[in-house]
Amino acid sequence: MTTYTATVTVRLKRGVLDPEAETTKRALERLGFELDALRFTERYEVDLDAADADEAEARADEMAERLLANPTIHDYEVAVVEA
Amino acid sequence: MIAVVQFGGSNCDRDAVRALSDLGFEAERVWHEDPLPEETTGIVLPGGFSYGDYLRGGAMAARSPIMKSVREAAAEGVPVLGVCNGAQIGCESGLTPGAFTTNASARFQCEHVYLRVENADTRWTAAYEEGEVIELPIAHGEGRFELDADGYEELEADDRILFRYCDEDGTVTDEANPNGSLGNVAGILGDSESIAVLMPHPERASLPQLGNTDGRGVLAGFEG
Repeated sequence: MTTYTATVTVRLKRGVLDPEAETTKRALERLGFELDALRFTERYEVDLDAADADEAEARADEMAERLLANPTIHDYEVAVVEA
Repeated sequence: MIAVVQFGGSNCDRDAVRALSDLGFEAERVWHEDPLPEETTGIVLPGGFSYGDYLRGGAMAARSPIMKSVREAAAEGVPVLGVCNGAQIGCESGLTPGAFTTNASARFQCEHVYLRVENADTRWTAAYEEGEVIELPIAHGEGRFELDADGYEELEADDRILFRYCDEDGTVTDEANPNGSLGNVAGILGDSESIAVLMPHPERASLPQLGNTDGRGVLAGFEG
């Protein structure tokens, strides 16, 4: 078994309104910054033992599917590295 | 007996029991770590902030063990009503489609709203007329209904939208939409008519002492 860190990045699907990002963007503009757009992502780092990277990725993928992301509003991606 | 499921962080469970009792129902709170009583004839997922809204409103509660029993009971036809946080739990658990997420205003909205009854031919809305306008309180930060275009089309085609936010006259407008919900949707049915969720609080508008009893009709839905 090898220890891996799976990084799960969860973001809103394109087109889904993100009021927190909009509010943050306006706050940055009030501070004098110029920007076109701003997007939030949520990032989870999961340490886990697995036989190989594929297994680690499959397990992290299932975690995202079943809890970390809400498929109605979110897309997600998983990246795995040896810890 | 109507089971009002109490999660850590629920805060409308007592209100629901009181309102249901006033309507003549036998109702009691059931702690989420306890089993659903065998004599359960109805289930309320109450409002509040279960698990501190960690991750997303309702996300944790939806995956708690008692929800397996709730889904099984729902599949057997036991009526289930999710209110506010309970509506979020309903969507997160797959009992109802879509998601209730961050208000377009990015603010917690605590106010009275008008709702138009879209379908009066359900147990939850039989007390009203189609097109009737009722007034209920809302209190939520994550109440914006979202659903993909195909899912929404299906919901409309199947007449599963119960309530839409509207103005006092019953006109559905952007101004009357307190949270940016898709189609001003405030409440929907699940796969079966016995499952319903809504963001507004009928239990907070069910006692004469509160000055508004418009919500009684929704709770009366447990009569079937």
